[in-house]
Amino acid sequence: MKRRTIAISVLAATAMALGACSAGSLGSSDDEGGGKVTLSFLTDNQPETVKIAEGLAKDFTAKNPDITIKVETRPQGTEGDNIVKTRLSTGDMTDVFQYNTGSLFQALAPAKNLTAVDGFTDRLDENFAKTVTADSKVYGAPFGNFMAGAILYNKDVYAKLGLQVPKTWDDFMANNAKIKASGVDPVIQTYGETWTSQLFILGDYHNVEAAEPGWADKYTKNQAKYATSPAALAGFQHLQQVHDEGYINKDFASAKLTDGLNKLAKGEGAQYPILSAMLSQLIADNPGTENKIGLFAIPGSDAAKNGLTVWSPSAVYMPSSTTGDKAEAAKKFLDFVASADGCASQAAASQPTGPFAVKGCKVPDTVPQAVKDMQAYIDQQGGSSLALEFLSPVKGPALEQICVEVGSGIRKADAGAKLYDEDVKKQAQQLGLEGW
Amino acid sequence: MTTLIEKSSARSRSRAAGPAGKRAKSPYPHWFYLPAAVVYAVLFIVPTVTSFYFSMTRWTLFDSKFIGFDNYVTFFQEPALVSGLTHTIVYAVVTSGLKVVLGLLLAILLTSQIIGRGYLRSVVFFPVLVSTIGVGLTFTILMDPEQGLINESLALIGIDGPGWLTDPSYALLSVALVDVWKGVGLATLIYIAGIVSIPQEYFEAARVDGASSWQNFWRIILPLARPATFTVILLSLIGGLRSFDLIWAMTRGGPGFTSDVIASVIYKQYQAGFYGLSTAGNVVLFLLVTAIIFPLSRYLNKKEVDL
Amino acid sequence: MTAVASSTPSPVSRRPRKNLVLSVVAILLSVVVFLVPFAFILLTAVKSRQQASRLDFSWPTQFQFVQNFLDVVQARDYMLIIAFINSTILTVASVSILVVLSAMVAFVLQRRRTRWTGLINFLVLSGLIIPPAVVPTIWVLEKFGLFRTMPGLILVEVAFGLSFCVLLFRAFIATIPRELDEAAVIDGAGPLRLFFRVILPLLRSVIITVVVVQSVTIFNDFVNPLYFLPGDQNATVQLTLYNFSSAYSTQYNLLFMDILLITIPPLIMFLFFNKRIVAGMTAGAVKG
Repeated sequence: MKRRTIAISVLAATAMALGACSAGSLGSSDDEGGGKVTLSFLTDNQPETVKIAEGLAKDFTAKNPDITIKVETRPQGTEGDNIVKTRLSTGDMTDVFQYNTGSLFQALAPAKNLTAVDGFTDRLDENFAKTVTADSKVYGAPFGNFMAGAILYNKDVYAKLGLQVPKTWDDFMANNAKIKASGVDPVIQTYGETWTSQLFILGDYHNVEAAEPGWADKYTKNQAKYATSPAALAGFQHLQQVHDEGYINKDFASAKLTDGLNKLAKGEGAQYPILSAMLSQLIADNPGTENKIGLFAIPGSDAAKNGLTVWSPSAVYMPSSTTGDKAEAAKKFLDFVASADGCASQAAASQPTGPFAVKGCKVPDTVPQAVKDMQAYIDQQGGSSLALEFLSPVKGPALEQICVEVGSGIRKADAGAKLYDEDVKKQAQQLGLEGW
Repeated sequence: MTTLIEKSSARSRSRAAGPAGKRAKSPYPHWFYLPAAVVYAVLFIVPTVTSFYFSMTRWTLFDSKFIGFDNYVTFFQEPALVSGLTHTIVYAVVTSGLKVVLGLLLAILLTSQIIGRGYLRSVVFFPVLVSTIGVGLTFTILMDPEQGLINESLALIGIDGPGWLTDPSYALLSVALVDVWKGVGLATLIYIAGIVSIPQEYFEAARVDGASSWQNFWRIILPLARPATFTVILLSLIGGLRSFDLIWAMTRGGPGFTSDVIASVIYKQYQAGFYGLSTAGNVVLFLLVTAIIFPLSRYLNKKEVDL
Repeated sequence: MTAVASSTPSPVSRRPRKNLVLSVVAILLSVVVFLVPFAFILLTAVKSRQQASRLDFSWPTQFQFVQNFLDVVQARDYMLIIAFINSTILTVASVSILVVLSAMVAFVLQRRRTRWTGLINFLVLSGLIIPPAVVPTIWVLEKFGLFRTMPGLILVEVAFGLSFCVLLFRAFIATIPRELDEAAVIDGAGPLRLFFRVILPLLRSVIITVVVVQSVTIFNDFVNPLYFLPGDQNATVQLTLYNFSSAYSTQYNLLFMDILLITIPPLIMFLFFNKRIVAGMTAGAVKG
C-alpha cells in the first residue's frame, strides 16, 4: 500500500514536472504570428513605475498594432540590481528593460551587454544624455522624471510661524529652533527605511561642488575624501547636529517613509529631507495636499551658491541579446519612449514629479507646488547639479548604515565620514579603479 | 538533464516490477546513493567548487580577474566583521538553546493529556508555515517602540518598553526571540516525532516500578529522545550560524551595524555587486561553521552509537 | 508534578483526568504569544489602505475583505493564481523526489559503515553549511538546457534540500532496530524490498515531518525561483508579495491579505498531516 502510493506520487510528480512545466499565462494570450512581435519589458515594481510602463506599452501598441509589449517586474534596490546583472550575464534579459542611469548603468558593462541606440540622441536633455553614455555612445531612452534630493516642507507651518525658506545652514537651524518652540518636530527622519537617511549627504552635493569645483573628479581619482574635505564633511555634521539638538521626531529610529510623508502632510513635522519623487505617494495618501508642500534645496554654507542636487531619471535599454525582428521593434519602442508622445503617455499614466529629460516636453501646469519650486532651481543658471552618483562611479555600499549611526548618535560625524571613506576604498578596489 | 528525472522514474518502475532476480551482496547497497549523488554533485558541488575559484577573483558577473587572496584580506579588514562574528555566535547559541529547551518542553506538553491539544499543536506550528517575510514584517510592526502593540501593552501595566529593534543593545536579541517564535514549532515537531517513537513498554515498566513524572522525563524521555535532541541542536545551530533572512527582513543588520551577523555582512557585499568578495566571505563562513559543527557532529554521532 | 497511575496510552502523562490548570495556562499563553500576531495579520488584511497604513492593532472601521481579496487576486493579470499553480507543482514534485532520494541515502548511510561514510557525512553537512552559489548554478543549468524551466528549479530545490532531509532521516533510522532488517533479509527480501516495504513504512512520523517542513520551505522559498525561474509567467507565491510592497510605498492591507492567502495552502497541509501525527502516536511508530 504505502509503497504503491509513494511510487505513484513520484511518477505523478515527475510527469507533472516534465509535462506541465509552469502554469503560464491565464489572463492574456501571447500568441505570435502573422508578422506580430511581442516584446518583454522588465521594470522595477514601484507602483508608479509599473503604471508608467503599462501606459507606455498600451500607447505604443495603439500606434504600432503589430507590436505588443508585456511588462514584467522585478524588485527594486540592490536586489533588483543583482537580478538585472545576473540576467544580463547569462544572456537571459527581457527584450527591453528599465534600469538606473549613471554609475549603476556603467556597472552593466554597456559595451558588452547593451545595444547602443541613436536617432533620438539630439532630442535628449544634455545632463540626462551624459548619464546613459558610455564610450561616447548613447544607450538609453529616459523613463520617468528628473527628481531632486531636497527638503520638502509644510508651507502651512512656515506661514503660521512667518518663516522664510533658508539658504544657509545657519538660517535652517534658526528656523528649526522656532519650529521646535512651537511644538512641531522641525526635521523628520525615518530610519525604519535606511535609504532615507542619506539625503543630508547625497542631497548636499551641489553645495560641495560649489565650494570645491571638480570635487567629483578628485574623488574618483582618490584625491578627495569625505573625512578631510570640509565641504563634504559638512553633510555628516549636519546629520549629527539635527540629532544632537533634538530637532528630529521622537520615533525617528523606527519610522518609515510612509510615516514621514504623513507627518509632513499633517504638519506634525515641518521639513523632510527626501527625494522629490516621493511626492506622488504623499499626495496619494493625503489628498488635497498638492499645494501645501513646498521644496527647497538642502542649505549650504554660502547663500549665493546654494542650489539643488538632481537625480537623473532611469532609462529604457535594449540588451545585446535582443536580435532580429525583436531588435527592430525594440528600437522603435525606445524611440517612442524618448519622444514627445512618450512624455505625454508617461504624464497621463502618472502625475509627473519633476521635469522630463526629453527636449520640448513640458510638465503640465497642474503639477504640485513642490515640482514648481524644483523647476525654478533647474531653470536658474547654475542653480542645480547632478548628484555625485552620476558624476563618479565611486559609491560605498554602507552609506545608509553609517548615516543611520551618525543620525542616531551612535557614531560621531567625523568617525562616520572616516568609516565611509574606508567603505568607498573597498568599493573602488572592487571596481578595479586606477589609483586605489 | 531529463535523464536525471528519467533515472528516478526508471528506478520507481523497476521497483514496481519487484526486486526479483537482483542478488545484492549487502542489504545496504551503495547504489542507493546514486540518484541523490548525481543531483547533488551536478547542482551543488560543481557550482560550489566553481565559486571557490571566483573567491580569488574580482568578479563583476560579466568578467573576472584573478587577484589571489586579496578578497580574503579585504574581507578580514571589513569593519563590521569582528562585531558580526560575536553577534553570529550570540545569535546561534541563543536561538538554538531556546529551541532545544522550549521545543522539548512543548513536545512533552503536547504529547500529554491536555485540553485543546490539537489546537495547541496547530498554533505552535503555525509560525513555521508563515513566510519569513511575513513574520519579519508583522513583528517589525508589533515591536515598534512608539505605536507597537508590545510596548503599548507594556505601558498599560506601567512598563516603559525599550525600542526592541531600534535600540542597539536590544536589536539582535529581539530578532533572536522572533526567530525562536518562528522556529520552535519545528523543534517541537521533531521532538514529538522522537517521543512518539519511544516504545510504550518503557513507560509501562516505569509505571510498574512507580516512577514519578520527573523520573520518567529524566530517565526515559531525555535519553531516548536523544537523536531528536541532536537533530534539533545541529539544525538550529547551523541555522543560527548561517541565519540572516529574518535579520534582513527585520533590521537589515541595523541600527547601523549593531545586529549584523557574518551572513548579513556577506550578503551586503553580494548586494553591492562585490561578487568575488562575497564568495570569499562565504568560504570564511563555511570554514567557521565547519570548525564548530564537525567536532560537535562527530561527538553527537559517537553518543548515538553508544545508545 | 505527581505520578498517578493510569492506563492511557499517552507516553508521558499518566493522569486519568486532563490537567485543567496546565491546559488553561497553556491556552492563555498560546493566545497571547501566537494568536495575537496572527490576529494582527488578519485585521490589517481587511482594512482600508488608509487605516492599514497606520499599522495599529485596532478594529477595522470598514471591512474590505472582498475588495482587498479581489484586488490581490486580480493584481498584475491574475498573477497570484498562476503563482499558486506554479508553487504547487514545484512543491509536490520536489518534496516527493526529496523524500525518496534522501531516505535511501540516509538508510545506507546509517546502516553501513565503509570508507565512504566519512566523506558522505562531510558532504551532507557541507550542503547545510555552504550557501549555494547562484551564478555558477545558472551556468550548469544552462548547459543542460534546464535554466528557466520547472524541472530545473525542481532539481535545484532537491539538491539544496537533500542535506536537511538526510540528516533528519538518519537520526530516526537509528531508532529502528537492525534485527528488523536481518529478519527481512532472512525472509529473502532484497535491498529494495527491505527499504520500501520494511523501513519506509516505519519512518512514517519522520516522513511527515520532512514533508511538512520541506513543503513549507519550498513553498515559501523566494530566492531560488527569483534566480532560476525568472519571469512573471513563472512567478511563485512569495514573489507576489512584491506586487504590494516596495522600497517606496507599501499597500499594507493588500500585502497582509496576500500573506494570509499564501499561508492557507501550507496551513491546510499541516492540518491534514497533523491528524496523521496524532494517529501515528496511538499506533506506535515503532512496533517490534
